[in-house]
Amino acid sequence: MADPAAERAPALLEVRGVTLQYKTREHLVTATYRVGFEVSRSDRFVMLGPSGCGKSTLLKAVGGYLAPVEGEIRLNGRVIDKPGPDRVMVFQEFDQLLPWKTVKENVVFALRASGKLKGRAADEKALATIEKVGLTKFADTLPHQLSGGMKQRVAIARAMAVEPDILLMDEPFAALDALTRRKMQEELLRLWEDTRFTVLFVTHSIPEAVRVGNRILLLSPHPGQVKAEMQSSGRDEERLSQRIHEMLFSEKVEEATDG
Amino acid sequence: MAEQAATHVVVVKPLTAWERISGNSALRKTALLVLLALFWELYARKLDNPLLFPTFGATLEAFGSAIASGVIPQRTLHSLQVLAQGYAAGLFFAAILTAFATATRIGTDLLELLTAMFNPLPSIALLPLAMLWVGLGNGSLIFVLIHAVLWSVALNTHAGFRSVSQTLRMVGRNYGLSGPRFVAQILVPAAFPHILTGLKIGWAFAWRTLIAAELVFGVSQGSGGLGWYVFENKNQLEIANVFAGLFTVILIGLFVENVVFATIERRTVRRWGMQT
Repeated sequence: MADPAAERAPALLEVRGVTLQYKTREHLVTATYRVGFEVSRSDRFVMLGPSGCGKSTLLKAVGGYLAPVEGEIRLNGRVIDKPGPDRVMVFQEFDQLLPWKTVKENVVFALRASGKLKGRAADEKALATIEKVGLTKFADTLPHQLSGGMKQRVAIARAMAVEPDILLMDEPFAALDALTRRKMQEELLRLWEDTRFTVLFVTHSIPEAVRVGNRILLLSPHPGQVKAEMQSSGRDEERLSQRIHEMLFSEKVEEATDG
Repeated sequence: MAEQAATHVVVVKPLTAWERISGNSALRKTALLVLLALFWELYARKLDNPLLFPTFGATLEAFGSAIASGVIPQRTLHSLQVLAQGYAAGLFFAAILTAFATATRIGTDLLELLTAMFNPLPSIALLPLAMLWVGLGNGSLIFVLIHAVLWSVALNTHAGFRSVSQTLRMVGRNYGLSGPRFVAQILVPAAFPHILTGLKIGWAFAWRTLIAAELVFGVSQGSGGLGWYVFENKNQLEIANVFAGLFTVILIGLFVENVVFATIERRTVRRWGMQT
């Protein structure tokens, strides 16, 4: 965990000793307990863990939807206290697109609402971003006419158009079929090569984590705690997967629930 | 293989003319309408009592001449003007109530309580009170119209807001929307299927209530609406005119439901794939 900070550029996102709790109807659930990590610019930082490890809750806290009961989250040195367009989320759910707006209008909406661009400039930026994800032909299509993979691409385009400091992705490909999923992962890497944006990516899939991330944070469940942090060089994926698998399932077999 | 299949299977074959005609529900319904009109005509002729039951032909004639003379258009316009005022006022109060209910929990309780109490109360039952409070005139008509519109619109809008998915809410806040901008750009369009349902129910209540209220009293400033037209002609034993008036009431109801609202629905919630 205690990486020598000198190796990298100063951290963009700092998560320090964060404990998160939320209430259900009957319980107060501690989702994460004193979790800490740092994300540097241009990192593809993956939070990996089984369900119940609080990784999605942690991402929501970074998004500003949930305040930590302990610890703090800073972006560019400023404490995060509410949602904002400097941290754009991409969700797993397909209904994250506004169904009453076309593909282009969805992207324009993001640009206008966040106050980044207006009028013609917003239109042009939207079209340019849509082209990057290869959906130019579908710019005037409404979301309900798109496939799941295309919807996720629009969501990614919408998020990227705003040029946030960090892109927050909450299992964005989990609801896709295996082939589309694989394709989307490659496409995300291709887009990353392009602009080298910073992304914080949540998944429960080891292969996805190894493929997408350059740094992987392993979380253990109930409550979520940091188990290990590792680098993924892109080579030797097999061995890294094997190592992660062993770490996750070494001690407690009963934790391997649905996922 | 493919060639073999092609020789055995009919891929596309036009339907017969009869199959196509009988498959068209509009045509089937038109045929039914014609049959009903025919039955009406025959029965009325056999009865031969224009004071009780004028023939279809006489009704059409009365309808035609009342339109030509401008009486029905004028009465209709009068009714629609009152309706528009009442509908707009109802929407205004519904917006206030919904805003309060959306912003606070006590507002939600208030909305649910008021709706539970007043929704089962037919608006027309408030007319005596309205006449007492607001006086004879359009004021009391608008009063009962507000009651007819308010509850269904407020209740449906509020239910619609509550059903907006957590994801969409988070998306809205993510891009920096809050307060009125959040309501206008996220909640209202996302809840539009519910809102439209409320508007339709509100319209249906309002139109029926208005005609009924005009029957009880409808004259103000020397001219009344369609309900009054029906009542007036019944007093003068112009039964064909009564039928013509009722016919107009039906036509307008059908027009608003099947043309106005259907168009809105097609251009919005259907197009967006939010309702099938």
